[in-house]
Amino acid sequence: MNSTTTFKPAQTELSPEQELARLRWQCRRGMLELDMFLESFLEKSFLQLTATEKTAFYTLLNYPDQFLLEYLMGRSVPLDKDVAHVAKKIQAAAGP
Amino acid sequence: MSSALRDLPRRQFDSLVIGAGGGGLRAALQLAQADAKVAVVSKVFPTRSHTVAAQGGINAALANVLPDNWHWHMYDTIKGSDYLGDQDAIEYMCRAASKLVIELEHAGVPFSRLDNGKIYQRPFGGQSQNFGGEQAARTCAAADRTGHVILHTLYQQNIRAKTHFFDEYFAIDLIRDDNGFILGALVLEIETGEPLLIEAKTTLLATGGAGQLFRTNTNAHINTGDGLAMALRAGIPLQDMEFFQFHPTGIAGRGMLITEGARGEGGYLINKDGERFMERYAPHAKDLASRDVVSRAIFTEVKEGRGCGPNADHVMLKLDHLGKEVLEKRLPGICETSRTFLHIEPSEEPIPVYPTAHYTMGGIPTNRHGQVVVPVEQGEECIPGLYAAGECACVSVHGANRLGGNSLLDIVVFGRAAGNDIIKFLKENRYHRKIDEASVQAALDHLHRWDQKGEGESVAEIRADLKAVMEEYCGVFRTEEILQQGVEKVLEIEQRMKNVRLQDHSKIFNTARIEALEVENLLDIAVATVTSALARQESRGAHSRIDYPDRNDQQWLKHSLFFKEGRRLDYKPVTLQPLSVDTFPPKARVY
Repeated sequence: MNSTTTFKPAQTELSPEQELARLRWQCRRGMLELDMFLESFLEKSFLQLTATEKTAFYTLLNYPDQFLLEYLMGRSVPLDKDVAHVAKKIQAAAGP
Repeated sequence: MSSALRDLPRRQFDSLVIGAGGGGLRAALQLAQADAKVAVVSKVFPTRSHTVAAQGGINAALANVLPDNWHWHMYDTIKGSDYLGDQDAIEYMCRAASKLVIELEHAGVPFSRLDNGKIYQRPFGGQSQNFGGEQAARTCAAADRTGHVILHTLYQQNIRAKTHFFDEYFAIDLIRDDNGFILGALVLEIETGEPLLIEAKTTLLATGGAGQLFRTNTNAHINTGDGLAMALRAGIPLQDMEFFQFHPTGIAGRGMLITEGARGEGGYLINKDGERFMERYAPHAKDLASRDVVSRAIFTEVKEGRGCGPNADHVMLKLDHLGKEVLEKRLPGICETSRTFLHIEPSEEPIPVYPTAHYTMGGIPTNRHGQVVVPVEQGEECIPGLYAAGECACVSVHGANRLGGNSLLDIVVFGRAAGNDIIKFLKENRYHRKIDEASVQAALDHLHRWDQKGEGESVAEIRADLKAVMEEYCGVFRTEEILQQGVEKVLEIEQRMKNVRLQDHSKIFNTARIEALEVENLLDIAVATVTSALARQESRGAHSRIDYPDRNDQQWLKHSLFFKEGRRLDYKPVTLQPLSVDTFPPKARVY
């Protein structure tokens, strides 16, 4: 059930601002909890991420919603350690 | 002809489906398997639709765990609807349920199993055996991710059936000709910001609910009721919009649900003085009183200045006295949610809560074939070429109150039914009708309104004010006076909307423009909701009026219909006659 890609690749070359706008739309998910996790993290923390962390963030966005929820709620840990690290960061940033 | 109209790219399909949740995808699958050329338009990637959030399960009287049959399910659904549900549609849904659940299993949905290999079923509230007797176990589940697996299965089956997906396209308006036929829709590609006309012999709206109408809600941010507003703008009424399901305890300011199990386990609500206030509102049941009573009590505490926090805008759910061990064992989900989103340890501190909006019972009026219907002098007639299914539709199987496990069933049953009827329509209407260019121009004008430049209010301000007004004046505490104020305040916001301007006029992924279109949609739906709520002078199901505390079947056993033009209300009778069995006449709804 996790074989389906959920990421629509950009068709054109995007500027950094456009890429951020695209990511903002990728953070719109099917569950309120994911919207809360991702939208605030993108606004507050994405630009401060290292290149490796940014790549891991893209990987996370590619997961189906239920798996993403599992990772961000800390119920399970992604196998890729870079992705696991970013998932933890997102989780830590989700508070009030 | 304007240049925008002349240069507009156009695509033709037999059938257009707007929305890629379970309802839209079930219909699309039916169509694609019948070799119709079908397009699905979705503003987010399809498997990110809100169906993924449905964790509970799907009702079907399979009788795998306890004795059951569709007739008992039908009775429970009618009673749950507070007798506002249409009994023909409810019979149709409950009879189809078992077959369609097994069909889903065959399509690849990995339902949880019993030891004997049959599909696992769990008991849910409002389910009974033998017309109100012992608890039934009717909800088929795939662990706690039933919606997710149904959505992914339907998506994959659609890919196999060669359904054409327009991912990340936002639907602007329906295209309609002078004869009343719906001919497709104008959509916007979010990536490029370019409009596209999709011409289709039939159009199905399956855009989900409108939980974002309220400040505190459980819905994903995408739930802005786009299809409901598109229908309103096309001259189609919305039915029973006053019925919105609320849960008494959502996380304040966030909306996520705190299950009633928290109070069932001994948790209780307190105000800023630490008072266990439910003792005043429901001396016997206290914190376990019914949802509407608890919701109104919370609202009253806040309204009368006994709310907690710096803005005195919520109350607290106290759980610490239960002890860490009990909380971890019995309420692990609540512990997890509080820690993650509030950084609160429930065994040490109380949780801030407020009533949270959950499900839109009302919607676009349809019959049990998914055809959109409108009243005419004698009865009603179909809008040719237009269908609706799922939370955006009002069939009406949920009536004034939806039962758990019936929403996933609704989308599958009526998505399929709509698909079947569309196939018939396509056989009888083999050619595309001529596009009404004036209707396309009107849709383009609607879109280009957001190109206006200059100073003005921001979309964010309007959205925040609208959601706050709807929560305060059309939420769980409803009286003539409060709702009247609600109507006035929503209409004021409607006036202010004219002066809203975007500061970002770029094309590529201009999410500000999409959000503006969404807020416009919410505003149209807000007017429908608060106007319908003001008019209905009774309490029924989720619509609870302090000044009219009882259900009034004599005057109000009828569906409301709100028309955008002139903000006009009309009514139509509830269908009390089922298809093949005796009617269930209205009785007091006691559990």
